[in-house]
Amino acid sequence: MTGANRIAGAGRLTPAKTARFSFDGRSYTALAGDTVASALLANGVHLMGRSFKYHRPRGVVSAGPEEPNALINVSRDTARSQPNVRATVQEVFDGMKVGSQNRYPSLSFDLGGVNDALSPFFAAGFYYKTFMWPKQAWASIYEPRIREAAGLGVSPTEEDPDHYACRYAHCDVLVIGGGAAGLAAARAAALSGASVILADEQPELGGALHFDTGAEIDGQNGYAWAQKTARELVGMENVTLLSRTTAFGYYAQNFVAMAERVTDHISRPEANAPRERLWQVRAKRVIIATGSIERHMVFADNDRPGILLASAARTYLNHFGVAVGRKVGVYTAHDSAYEAAFDLKRAGVSIVAIIDSRMRPGEGLLEQARSLGIEVFTDHAVIATSGRLRVASMTVVPNGGSAKRKFTIDALITSSGWTPSVHMFSQSRGKVAYDAATGRFLPGHYVQDCVSVGTCNGTDDLQAILEEATAAGVKMAAESGHDGAAAATPAGRNLFAWTGGMAGAAYGAGPDDSVKAFVDFQNDVCAKDIRLAVREGMHSIEHIKRFTTNGMATDQGKLSNLHGLAIAAEALGRGIPEVGLTTFRAPYTPVTFGTLIGHARGDIFDPTRKTPMHAVEEANGAAFEDVGQWKRAWYYPRAGEDMHAAVNRECRTVRTSAGYFNASTLGKIEVVGPDAAAFLNLIYTNSWDTLKPGRCRYGIMLREDGFVYDDGVVGRIAEDRFHVTTTTGGAPRVMHHMEDYLQTEFPHLDVWLTSTTEQWAVIAVQGPKAREIVAPLVEGVDLSNEAFPHMSVAEAKVCGVPARLFRVSFTGELGYEINVPADYGAAVWEAVAKAAEPFGACPYGTETMHVLRAEKGYIIVGQDTDGTLTPDDAGLAWAVGKKKPDFVGIRGLKRPDLIREGRKQLVGLLTKDPNIVLEEGAQIVADPNQPKPMTMLGHVTSAYWSENAGRSIALAVVAGGRAKLGQTLYVPMPDRTIAVEVSDMVFIDKEGGRIHG
Amino acid sequence: MADPFATAARRPALAAHASGAARASLTPAGPATRLSLRAKPEAVPALSAALGLDLPTQPKRAARQGERHALWLGPDEWLVIDESEAPLLQALDGAGVLHSAVDISHRNAAILVSGAGAAAVLNSGCPLNLSPAVFPIGACARTVLSKAEIVLYRTGETDFRVECWRSFAPYVLAVLAEAAAEV
Repeated sequence: MTGANRIAGAGRLTPAKTARFSFDGRSYTALAGDTVASALLANGVHLMGRSFKYHRPRGVVSAGPEEPNALINVSRDTARSQPNVRATVQEVFDGMKVGSQNRYPSLSFDLGGVNDALSPFFAAGFYYKTFMWPKQAWASIYEPRIREAAGLGVSPTEEDPDHYACRYAHCDVLVIGGGAAGLAAARAAALSGASVILADEQPELGGALHFDTGAEIDGQNGYAWAQKTARELVGMENVTLLSRTTAFGYYAQNFVAMAERVTDHISRPEANAPRERLWQVRAKRVIIATGSIERHMVFADNDRPGILLASAARTYLNHFGVAVGRKVGVYTAHDSAYEAAFDLKRAGVSIVAIIDSRMRPGEGLLEQARSLGIEVFTDHAVIATSGRLRVASMTVVPNGGSAKRKFTIDALITSSGWTPSVHMFSQSRGKVAYDAATGRFLPGHYVQDCVSVGTCNGTDDLQAILEEATAAGVKMAAESGHDGAAAATPAGRNLFAWTGGMAGAAYGAGPDDSVKAFVDFQNDVCAKDIRLAVREGMHSIEHIKRFTTNGMATDQGKLSNLHGLAIAAEALGRGIPEVGLTTFRAPYTPVTFGTLIGHARGDIFDPTRKTPMHAVEEANGAAFEDVGQWKRAWYYPRAGEDMHAAVNRECRTVRTSAGYFNASTLGKIEVVGPDAAAFLNLIYTNSWDTLKPGRCRYGIMLREDGFVYDDGVVGRIAEDRFHVTTTTGGAPRVMHHMEDYLQTEFPHLDVWLTSTTEQWAVIAVQGPKAREIVAPLVEGVDLSNEAFPHMSVAEAKVCGVPARLFRVSFTGELGYEINVPADYGAAVWEAVAKAAEPFGACPYGTETMHVLRAEKGYIIVGQDTDGTLTPDDAGLAWAVGKKKPDFVGIRGLKRPDLIREGRKQLVGLLTKDPNIVLEEGAQIVADPNQPKPMTMLGHVTSAYWSENAGRSIALAVVAGGRAKLGQTLYVPMPDRTIAVEVSDMVFIDKEGGRIHG
Repeated sequence: MADPFATAARRPALAAHASGAARASLTPAGPATRLSLRAKPEAVPALSAALGLDLPTQPKRAARQGERHALWLGPDEWLVIDESEAPLLQALDGAGVLHSAVDISHRNAAILVSGAGAAAVLNSGCPLNLSPAVFPIGACARTVLSKAEIVLYRTGETDFRVECWRSFAPYVLAVLAEAAAEV
């Protein structure tokens, strides 16, 4: 038995297929195809949650994604646990664990329920007014406590072991929604030859045909027609049919985001199957067929478990074979609830009475009710209900009257009409228009290439829906270039033409402020709260929304927005269209972070770029640091060495013997063409005409504003070919900067740029023994000082492979940089290591590289400069061609502020105590005893322990720094003040002889 | 240990073993010579003659002659690939027209994606429309795959070549492999 409320013979589920699941530790049996909600209802469980603010017991209200109350936690195991799942959407799978939320210690006895008794103090705006001061307490006390007490589920603490997929797709026609309208439209478009994607959020297609068993299409039951049509579509090559897929976001140019729940309903998913898949669809045309959502009646105590939407009761009965109660009351302002009552009655459920707030229900309904023996009270209202954990009675009065009648019930189904689901249309930036005749907002002005069909477009009659949808399918297909066979319009018939509907509070739901007539179940907003908001001066619907939080819960007010609007309009004495709707925003329903993230997690969160030598360095025990996306060898610790010891040893070794360094990440750009030198003249501050092939020059480039942008060594390979190097971090932006100027400012130049950063693996060999190490590996170049002096470049063979050999130095030592095609990098690195071994030379990492260059006062753009330093500020005025007529930044350099006295300049700093290493970023002042705030002269940009100098060294920017050489300044730190002497920037080999060694 | 001064051996960015799943296989492509070729329209005939294929002038189209491919990447830009590793720079030496040819044989690595699910695998990270009508055999484009820039080239109905920079190759392969497991 799968529940006492399962009606034999009713519904579409197969009794033989069952699944076991637990709810709050208690075990239940469901049928395959059940949602958690239908399975619990089958077992007589209506109580599924506690409300957000008052902790009132709540039952399921709907049978679809609009569900505000039945939010549950679903888990497979401790890591696979998801809070805030709608019980009406989640399908049961064997072994699933379901937990209720927002209750302590248990769902039926919740201590937080005291909030309900205290509710007079929790009026709308309560939090804003009460927790005003002290200000600091908001973040530390109020907000955390409120969040704990009010709230939804709890986030899982373990890492999510599931994986998530993503897919981009294109189609001619995207159809959102697979009810009668969506199916007819998709079929028509597909038969015309268009490529079609049809997405529907339910497991089976059919939409409202799930419950509306009175609908008939082409002579068969509507639901059966839907399944037949779906099968037909699945069989068509040009159709992609996605069930369990919610279109949640509609963006510019018909770009629609959809979440497909791939395995959430499967007990033991395949290991490779993603849990969810994000679809990002670009459609030439979109057909919106999102249907309508039924609204509840707003009356006193309308939130007790057992009170639910009439269409939901009908879905549970007709699709799931579950009766929502045994003695069911009906309270309605719309005809559709009658059909729910008739279906229940025929299934053997007692319909206690139909309370209709209207005087005249639709044609034929009263007669039908009479023939089924159902008592109908027109022009009446339900003014109270009872029952703590389940509704037990309803109290009825004539509208405007006071003669009460009390009915014993165990369920109450309500309907105040249907709200066209214009969310997607509205997200597409379309403007809705108010249809006064039917009291609803419908698609008005379209902004994108889309069309709405069916009840979301205000079309009610089934035949009219099918005609409209078929025509739209044909039209959208034609507009996307397909006008093949036109589909015949299916013939559809409803049992009754539905009429009626109301928005706002029913009779008896106020205006006094003690009655709790809920408008928004999830955020506990009552009719009185909206009236209070108006009384307190909120006149804009956007203010009323935020003051009351109506429609701001995770269900986005699918049930509540129109009611809230109507109550506000009434209180304001204005018409509904004048007050206006709030904005519809994505996502339509909540989307998991996993779906949005897709595969961008773990190792493939972001590309990790490794040099060709990475594996070798790793085997040699290198420690790596992240430089942008690159992994760079930081230092090479030997047994027993910490970073400090390793770096000191590496620094010493380079200056006494030699070291080799992986410089592969250096940006490289090949500049080729007869105007290559002319182009570089414009990009760099110095002149390139005089540079001969085979020679190199250090260059700096500026932005238009005159500030240093990047630097590097440029080698002239041939008259028309330069090998440009950039900083590692600057490589992409320098390429873009150069390409930008070439295309927009200098298009007359015959020159082209190609990034060669990754073509070359680069090994720098630096130190007095560098020549002896490199020489045996090189063919075709005389490495003598005379033939190949400092700042030379040659094409050669290194280890038998074609290479570009540079004689350059970023250490101040004799140095070479070997460039070989990247695939050879590792082997050449090993050869260099072998050649270096007899000299006691060692590999060194980026930390040693930083120290060695600082010892020589070589700057690192981006560390010693910060985008506000001119070449002169950085001590590089010598690199600016004084006679050059033009280069990028030349005008910027003439700005008065850039040539004034007293600008910050790069200088060296020597701590009075040589053992103190300054902190990079520390501020520098002239007088440490001056009152705060002190006048800052500048800051430390680089600071290291220099093993070679036997003391600490630092570079800093200091206002008027070069004029302060020899002066004492101070670096105030939290625990002490450090005295420093301003020095020049060269700390080792001031004469600079070693580089020419 | 081998003689360190002998000719250095190549170590490609990706190990040469195939992966993937039933509906899409992933195979690192072998070494190839590659050029970034830049030139103005008037140089195209001479360069075409030198290369032995007609450089495509239609956007996003590739030309193929045996194992040599020229992919249109921009109005003045082609990616030339020779899978037989024939020297390309030298082939252009005598072209006698203004152009820029830069050897990028080692800059790029390539992954061959094949099988009925190949397009779907690529569309897990590439937003292009890969339907045969829009992206037929011989189509190519510089585009993205998730967070990496790639050049995508359709060589057969269910065969694609994905070119990317060397250091991005492991990432590109990993993204494709994750997608291949689920299409």
